[in-house]
Amino acid sequence: MNILVCLSQVPDTTTKIAFSADNKSLNKTGVQYIINPYDELALTKALELNEATGGGTVTVIHVGGADAEPVLRKALAIGADQAVRIEAEPLDSRQVAAELAAYIQGQSYDLVLTGRESIDYNCGLVGGMLSQYLDWPLVNVATSIDPAGQAGVLAVSRDMDGGREKVEVSLPAVITCQKELTEPRIPNMRGIMAARSKPLQVVSPQGIGPDLSLLSHALPPARQACRYFEADQMDALVEALRQQAKVL
Amino acid sequence: MNSKELRRGGHFLVHHPGPDQVFIREDFGEEQRMMFQAAADFMKSEVEPHLQRFEQGDYGLVEDLLHKAGNLGLLGLSVPEEFGGMGMGFNVSMLICEEISSMTGSLATAFGAHTGIGTLPIQYYGSQAIKDRFLAKIASGEWISCYNLTEPGAGSDANSGKTMAVLSSDGQHYEITGQKIWISNAGFAQVFIVFARIEDDKNISCFVFHKDDVQGLTMNAEEHKMGIKSSSTRQVFYDKVRVPADSMLGQRGDGFKIAVNVLNAGRIKLAAATNGAAFKVIGLMSRYANERQQFGKNIGEFGAIQEKIARCTALVYATDAALYRAGDAIERLQNALLAEGKSEAEAKLKGLEEFAVECAILKVYGSEVMALVADEGVQVYGGMGYSADAPMEAAYRDARISRIYEGTNEINRMLIVDMMLRKALKGHVDLLGPARKVAAELMEIPDFGSEEPTGFLAPETKILMQLKKANLLVAGAAVQHYGTALVDEQEALMRLADMAMEVYVLESDLLKTQRLSARLSDQENEIRGILGTLQAHHAAEKCLSAGREVIMGLPENDEQRMMLMGLRRFTKTPSVNLKNLRRKVAQYVLDKGKYPF
Repeated sequence: MNILVCLSQVPDTTTKIAFSADNKSLNKTGVQYIINPYDELALTKALELNEATGGGTVTVIHVGGADAEPVLRKALAIGADQAVRIEAEPLDSRQVAAELAAYIQGQSYDLVLTGRESIDYNCGLVGGMLSQYLDWPLVNVATSIDPAGQAGVLAVSRDMDGGREKVEVSLPAVITCQKELTEPRIPNMRGIMAARSKPLQVVSPQGIGPDLSLLSHALPPARQACRYFEADQMDALVEALRQQAKVL
Repeated sequence: MNSKELRRGGHFLVHHPGPDQVFIREDFGEEQRMMFQAAADFMKSEVEPHLQRFEQGDYGLVEDLLHKAGNLGLLGLSVPEEFGGMGMGFNVSMLICEEISSMTGSLATAFGAHTGIGTLPIQYYGSQAIKDRFLAKIASGEWISCYNLTEPGAGSDANSGKTMAVLSSDGQHYEITGQKIWISNAGFAQVFIVFARIEDDKNISCFVFHKDDVQGLTMNAEEHKMGIKSSSTRQVFYDKVRVPADSMLGQRGDGFKIAVNVLNAGRIKLAAATNGAAFKVIGLMSRYANERQQFGKNIGEFGAIQEKIARCTALVYATDAALYRAGDAIERLQNALLAEGKSEAEAKLKGLEEFAVECAILKVYGSEVMALVADEGVQVYGGMGYSADAPMEAAYRDARISRIYEGTNEINRMLIVDMMLRKALKGHVDLLGPARKVAAELMEIPDFGSEEPTGFLAPETKILMQLKKANLLVAGAAVQHYGTALVDEQEALMRLADMAMEVYVLESDLLKTQRLSARLSDQENEIRGILGTLQAHHAAEKCLSAGREVIMGLPENDEQRMMLMGLRRFTKTPSVNLKNLRRKVAQYVLDKGKYPF
């Protein structure tokens, strides 16, 4: 299969988030970027699917600036065959999905994998929008993806409330990836060295604009310290829940 | 400084490079950082979840980890590509060693024994046939290697081994008989590198074989050790072990040379290992200090705890600077020699040999900084530090071996001075001229500011330059008084080495921070500058106390009194509120909750 994996880069989970002075952008000083963990699972699964059948290519794609190239090269080190970067600075999910769709329509992929969401903005929209733009079937939040026994069909599991659903989907399709799908791979040294010579293509954007405009960011309010009430202070507790926490 | 001078080792007392002439870890490129990150991911997923198992003699776990590391290519970084390795430079192999060695001494030791002394003798001295047979499998971790040098009666005096190799009457085989002790990885190794004496040769010879190809090889059970509990360490007995005559590494009698040369690499890599461990321990220490409450406060708010964190951080920062500066110097010389047409082995060995002084300095300094960091780590944890349920107890025990193996710190201190003096005697480095100049300066009125350093870290750079003079003064006096008998004055040698180490490490620290300054924010520069101030004051104090001991060991006379005055002058430091500086550093580290540089 020729598989396209959509990658975004996100701040490392240990990053202390801070914003620029006007609260309109993330303060990127000292921020370590990683491949969005759900996207990394998508990449690993793409490699596994092709390794099992012994054919096909895995391409990773990102919509964003050149500062994302290290994570694309990491994806190449992990095993992707080539990388594409669409030279745009998207502000919302639709812009990303539209740019991706425009690129994909000119290519011949059998399968597009994305993470279920990115762990920075957590919108979880790109996969769905992409399937709409491409008019391809979508399976959301997949926990397993396997060949279904007949060519051009994949068997996919997805978690539901209290159970698991198994579906089959005809290709081409968009599948978004959830935890449990597989374990991420550590790139080996040979892979890292090989990444140097793999193609990383920069593609001009369609120039699709955002639907939204950003007003400001804000950090969540600092967590309050715990207050303890003795067992004989029930009145004070009720009072605090009413007056301060305003939950009663 | 011209390029010829950059190719010289052991001359830092009389040469003064600029910040643009040293390498720092921040200079590693994206590919190297990705390799480091891969090693870090490996540690996080494969090692961290099992930390307790390393304390229970789980040799199988270490063996398994070596195989896994091999699959990722982490064991063959500096093995040439034609032999299945990655052909990477020396400095990045140190960076990987640092990370792989950061969590437990058991893995650090097994990794070091395999990739260093277990690989390099074959890589540098093996015939083509030997390299073809062994290197790729060692690089991939399919075969694990061990290095059999030490004997019950031959430790630091390695060339005195009694193991014999007897040539068969048809000249086809050697039969090796003897006893080896403290052999790391012996329990699961397939490949054995062994040193033995042929007839009554002055120097030992070196052989390599695969365990399955020989008979007569037996082992004792695992040793019971203070730390590195899951590093396999056994005695190995050779009873007429027959190896083909062409399994010799190098030539007959090359064994001692091989041992010495690969130890240069082992020494500096040990400093990489302790560097990684020190980073982690400072992280643990600072997070514990952020959480542990006494008297209604986090203990990290107390000055007594803060000064421990700051002291450790300053020393580790300085050692780290020296480590990658020296590693780069080695790699640069190796590359230059390769470009001049030298063979791979020749270039690699010469690079290490030229910087043998720096390798020894880093071994000693790194292991002793780690000793302090582990000790203070236990102390910050208090009662929990003494409990085997918290990580400090193992860190403390594991750290202790670093001052013993790869040449004891005492042997290495003697080597530092011995090698520097040899370079001076051979005319490779002019120490005597500058030493005389310093002695003459003592007779003059103190020099007020003709060559005052300027710019960022100027006062610290001035301290450094004065400390170089203090070194020359004391070493010059010792050489003049003892002459060749200085070799028997071990107490003086220990202290001369201490003084030299402080200078090299301080210079590296200041150059690193100056080199970085343009890339960093004001706050980051301020903190790093403070680290330099702390290190400069530390070095000056050390040089004063060490130098005094040497001079006070000389005859009591006017000359001695003058030298003591000179020493005080050259180790003078301006008055600085070190307490406040340490508090600032500690606060910065505590805020980050990890070693933040």
